[in-house]
Amino acid sequence: MATETADAVVDIRDLRVRRGRKLVLPGVSLQLHRGVVTGLLGPSGSGKTTLMRAIVGVQIVDGGTIEVLGRPAGSSELRRRVAYVTQAPSVYLDLTVDENLRYFARVLDTKAERVAEVASLVGLGEQREQVVGTLSGGERSRVSLAVALLLEPELLVLDEPTVGLDPVLRNALWRTFHDLAARGTTLLVSTHVMDEAARCDSLVLMREGRVVATGTSDELLERAGTDDIEQAFITLAGAS
Amino acid sequence: MSPRIVLATAERILRQLRRDRRSIAMILVVPPVLMALMKYVFDGQGGAFQRVGPPLLGLFPLTIMFLVTSIAMLRERTTGTLERLMSMPIAKLDLLLGYGLAFAILAAIQATVTSVVGFQLLGLEAQHPAWVIVLLAVGNAILGMSLGLFVSAFARSEFQAVQFMPAVIMPQFLLAGLMAPRSQMARPLEIVSDFLPLTYAYQALATAATHPTLDREFWRDASIVVLTTLVALVLAATTLRRRTD
Repeated sequence: MATETADAVVDIRDLRVRRGRKLVLPGVSLQLHRGVVTGLLGPSGSGKTTLMRAIVGVQIVDGGTIEVLGRPAGSSELRRRVAYVTQAPSVYLDLTVDENLRYFARVLDTKAERVAEVASLVGLGEQREQVVGTLSGGERSRVSLAVALLLEPELLVLDEPTVGLDPVLRNALWRTFHDLAARGTTLLVSTHVMDEAARCDSLVLMREGRVVATGTSDELLERAGTDDIEQAFITLAGAS
Repeated sequence: MSPRIVLATAERILRQLRRDRRSIAMILVVPPVLMALMKYVFDGQGGAFQRVGPPLLGLFPLTIMFLVTSIAMLRERTTGTLERLMSMPIAKLDLLLGYGLAFAILAAIQATVTSVVGFQLLGLEAQHPAWVIVLLAVGNAILGMSLGLFVSAFARSEFQAVQFMPAVIMPQFLLAGLMAPRSQMARPLEIVSDFLPLTYAYQALATAATHPTLDREFWRDASIVVLTTLVALVLAATTLRRRTD
């Protein structure tokens, strides 16, 4: 791993985050690499969201360092290069899909054509004139994802983006993620659906705020001596 | 600061409001109806309506904009859109000015409608043209908006946000000199009222309504309102955090 450090898009060293009295992340070190789709796996409460928030620089941290694209996480220069999609869709429910996208496009100063592009990229080309509040949960999260895609970010951090989606859409979204990665975008995608793990180039298993294993899904299966990723998780989480 | 983002934000907020037809209707209809009500409540008391009418006209938008903004900003906080905006290349000032512009436009429309009803239909009279009162009303509305943006940071729910109206605005209404002249209040209250922005908002309106000239005191009162607005905006800016726990 040490040799890979030089091209790391995200370089986290000994990150500590405290929430109240609880040490949510007691000391995480992790690297993410350019053009790689990394899956962040772990039970709820294992610190996935906190880690993602720290990477995009919206989380107050207590120690350690996080470099993103060579700069400290949360630097103002990174605001055009890093995008984050929270688990709950953060868009205006009383505006249409188009109005949401056009507003954020103007804030970000992107080309007007981009609005139509990202809408079809997330499969909402037909719903552009609909008020977001009238859409289903899955559609709302896709509007939120579309906003993050407006800028063609270099690092895209997605917190459980496929929750509540039907298999066809989930499949389409994963294809989109890999298309983005092929064009050089680095993705970090959290999930607790183990079968999505197989779609990631690289996996990070978390438990109780610690990274318990990293590697490709094949490597992790081999290390755990099983062919079931869920079983591998249990073995590896217990072993460390 | 970016005029592009300020305009986009103001337009976005107005679009959101426009979709809520009933709110818009209430914002425009309720103040004139209350003015009419006031006229007939004071039916037998000669000058009372003439005394409180113009100042009330100029203070309605402050109350409404305080409420509407504190809830609008609370929604931005709870739905995560504020956090999203704060992670984008946007200055806090852009967002605050966007809010200011949107609500100034709304307040101008509200105050104009109310003043047309008040001065044309209900027979209100003022020493200075109605547009002076409308202009003061818009200034007061921006003060109300700034206070609303600030206090929204202390509300966890919309129920709490609504309670800030009676908690923050009502006492200022009581102490401003509208209900009773400040010099006739219990002395401690009179001193407290010296430090409340609504006191000066009221005094400027009362001067514009009853005084033949806009004297030094008027300009002092108006400046205090503007200054307090700026302070409230700076305080509001400190509650917009890029990093949270």
